[in-house]
Amino acid sequence: MTPPSTPIAEPGAAIGYAGPLRRLGRRMRDGRTVPVLTVVLAILAIWYLAAIGMNWATETVKLERAGEAYGVPDTVAATWSAERPVLPAPHQIVVEIWNSTVGVKPSSPRSLLYHAWVTLSSTLLGFLIGTALGVLLAVGILNSRTLDKSLMPWIIASQTIPILAIAPMVIVVLNSVGVTGLLPKAIISTYLSFFPVAVGMVKGLRSPDAMLIDLMHTYSATRRQTLVKLRWPASMPFLFTSMKVAVAAALVGAIVGELPTGAVAGLGARLLAGSYYGQTIQIWSALVAAAIMAGVLVWLIGLGEKASLKRMGARP
Amino acid sequence: MSVARNGAGPGPGAIALTGGLAAMAAIAALSLLGVDQRGPLLILAILAFWAASWRLTVSLAAIEPRGRAGRVALQVLIPIVFGVSLLFLWELVVRALQVPIVLLPAPSDIGVRIANSLPILWVDFVQTFLKAVVAGYVIGCASGFAVAVLVDRSSFLKRGLLPVGNLVSALPIVGVAPIMVMWFGFDWPSKAAVVVVMTFFPMLVNTVAGLSAAGAMERDLMRTYAAGPWQSLLKLRLPAAMPFIFNALKINSTLALIGAIVAEFFGTPIVGMGFRISAEIGRMNTDMVWAEIAVAALAGSLTYGILSVIERITTFWHPSYRKG
Amino acid sequence: MEKSTAAPAPVIEARNLDLVFETADTPVHALKGIDLTVNSGEFVSFIGPSGCGKTTLLRVIADLEQPTGGSISVNGMTPDQARQARAYGYVFQAAALYPWRTIEKNVALPLEIMGFDRAERKRRIDGNLELVGLAGFGRKYPWQLSGGMQQRASIARALCFDPDLLLMDEPFGALDEIVRDHLNEELLKLWAKTRKTVVFVTHSIPEAVFLSTRIVVMSPRPGRIHEIIDCDLGPDRPLDIRDTPEFLAIAHRVREGLRAGHGYD
Repeated sequence: MTPPSTPIAEPGAAIGYAGPLRRLGRRMRDGRTVPVLTVVLAILAIWYLAAIGMNWATETVKLERAGEAYGVPDTVAATWSAERPVLPAPHQIVVEIWNSTVGVKPSSPRSLLYHAWVTLSSTLLGFLIGTALGVLLAVGILNSRTLDKSLMPWIIASQTIPILAIAPMVIVVLNSVGVTGLLPKAIISTYLSFFPVAVGMVKGLRSPDAMLIDLMHTYSATRRQTLVKLRWPASMPFLFTSMKVAVAAALVGAIVGELPTGAVAGLGARLLAGSYYGQTIQIWSALVAAAIMAGVLVWLIGLGEKASLKRMGARP
Repeated sequence: MSVARNGAGPGPGAIALTGGLAAMAAIAALSLLGVDQRGPLLILAILAFWAASWRLTVSLAAIEPRGRAGRVALQVLIPIVFGVSLLFLWELVVRALQVPIVLLPAPSDIGVRIANSLPILWVDFVQTFLKAVVAGYVIGCASGFAVAVLVDRSSFLKRGLLPVGNLVSALPIVGVAPIMVMWFGFDWPSKAAVVVVMTFFPMLVNTVAGLSAAGAMERDLMRTYAAGPWQSLLKLRLPAAMPFIFNALKINSTLALIGAIVAEFFGTPIVGMGFRISAEIGRMNTDMVWAEIAVAALAGSLTYGILSVIERITTFWHPSYRKG
Repeated sequence: MEKSTAAPAPVIEARNLDLVFETADTPVHALKGIDLTVNSGEFVSFIGPSGCGKTTLLRVIADLEQPTGGSISVNGMTPDQARQARAYGYVFQAAALYPWRTIEKNVALPLEIMGFDRAERKRRIDGNLELVGLAGFGRKYPWQLSGGMQQRASIARALCFDPDLLLMDEPFGALDEIVRDHLNEELLKLWAKTRKTVVFVTHSIPEAVFLSTRIVVMSPRPGRIHEIIDCDLGPDRPLDIRDTPEFLAIAHRVREGLRAGHGYD
């Protein structure tokens, strides 16, 4: 005999019941979109104010020299539209990015898209190779006790070493034997993305509970079967997490790789050129472009992560 | 060659044998190089050295250590044996193939260069590490921590800042170096500023995560004592956050070193590790570059090691230390 | 049971208490129309299946949850005031000891927060560790102790600042039967010695009948009191009492009450 659950019509039944609008409001209030938007808007507001403050001195000097009378609003407007500002206003950066992406042919060396593609291509190449190598090495370390005890400590230790400092040398040395262009940068990106993936995958491949591994033993599963059916699916979260770190590292590697030889193509080259010629807005637009690229790459990996985890039945 | 004795792995006799073989092969190869004999005998000696030292590593790895002291000793010994044999191989191959120094210097060349350039290395170290890295690291970590403690009081701010902080941590922050040079000048303060920006966000994100790590039960307990927010912070949430905070401190030590060196690639006065690396590359003095990298590697791993020791002392209670 | 001429104010008084949780989809009616009076010196158990609201009710008394209807007073004050006045000690399902503090320092935790001076703290720590049988284990860390000992330390911590009310949420649920029996005995002795008011949540019928002077049988969906059973087995209760007919009769009543209120869907 089941006791009746509270019917809608009973007095007091409406306590706690919220209509669709209130539920949306509650979801918005407890969710993440509103806080993140607020923080982003606050950052923009602070940026605009900082632009006023930091450009004030130089702009007042310029307005003085112009000779005409000027008031505070003029100064503020000037701080937000200076040609070589100390801190460009956000809209200036947006305009510059617009001009150098949409306003120019993509194949021209003045186009940000061209430079972005140069950096992106070596990033992606290095990232893919580095991830593949990292996974291979992780499997190798899993299966070989010798490698685990001799090589793994060095891999872990190498995370404390500023490997990025080697980047210029790799570029120059490879250039001197005739390997130029995309490949040296890709090698740096490979090197930088290999370590997080190797370390993460070793952890991931070893993550299954001892009970589950014992279960595989009772099925007389071969090592390969255990790897494919148990360890690999269990390591997916670790793989994606380390891939996010790896892609960010690969991007930084590609950018830094463009510095030493005074390269003329790529976002790093553009950063360097901007700093040589004092083109502040150019520096900022290259930086924002690199940031957008990093964000998009990490987001794409996140999408892949959600898709693959969903297929494996993980809780949303 | 690995003779298992009572299931305890290869006996000491086998290990001594392979070790001795490796040493003899190394000496043979070196002496052949010394008298400039680069024929098939040399190749044989090098191969014999590699085979013997690999065998040695394998035998060492197969040992089942008894007791904790034995385990720790092996944990240190095996990577060292592996590393030393790699170094030897590097030396032998570079010398045997007469690889030009501009391509890849031999370890002995690098060693000689380090010995001869200690004053320069020291000055660079002071400029980059002791000034830029330390200042930037302290300011960055401290401000990240302070902001996290403040943000922690508001769930709204936490939910807003955490995704933003995570995103910024993935960005190539090193790129702000030219901007920092514009704002703070050529010298080390601009590099320290880059380090501050690089270390701020990992510290912020990790501290916020750590402050939420205290369990619901423990927090309810504080509530039943009618403890004030500061009491709760000091007695519960901060100690519980220590593993996360130290995670960030360790990550940040590497990031700080990278940030300072790479920031110097963008322009710096005529001293500093990054400067030295880019300058000496221009002159094709790769052995000096390797020397600087060796110093950087040493500084990085020492800092990380010291932080790990402090971490162990502070977070001795964490389950990850108690599993044997 | 003595009856004084002027009946003392009840320690806990709940009138028509209601608590509705708003969740993402449907609201959960955790407590409905709870009427309960607990007098000083009683040992009251809440027993019921999962979801019947027994832990929720305990948490409302402790001001860890806020009711959405009705009224409740603890020591004549609102639960919040009672909490600020440090009127009760709470024991959780797990020991919830801080792993970076020794047992001594763990017991000292509430004393530090409440501002006792060092000498007083030492006196109370030593006294309460002795009371729960952990004398000499003060310098150990929680992970060095067994589950039962950790729980005893948790009880010592709840007692050390001398609250008159003890709220316990299935404290022995995670322990094995033998340890559980032993701790039941100890708790009973403790209660007889200190004469505190105890509110005890459990889902074990023998435990409830063994320990309590009154048993509150609750049923779920919505959480409500099905029945309150008086448990008059007298103050001296050795473990053997569990085989006596009086004990079994009360246990039977409790079981029937649980079955009636449960309603298998």
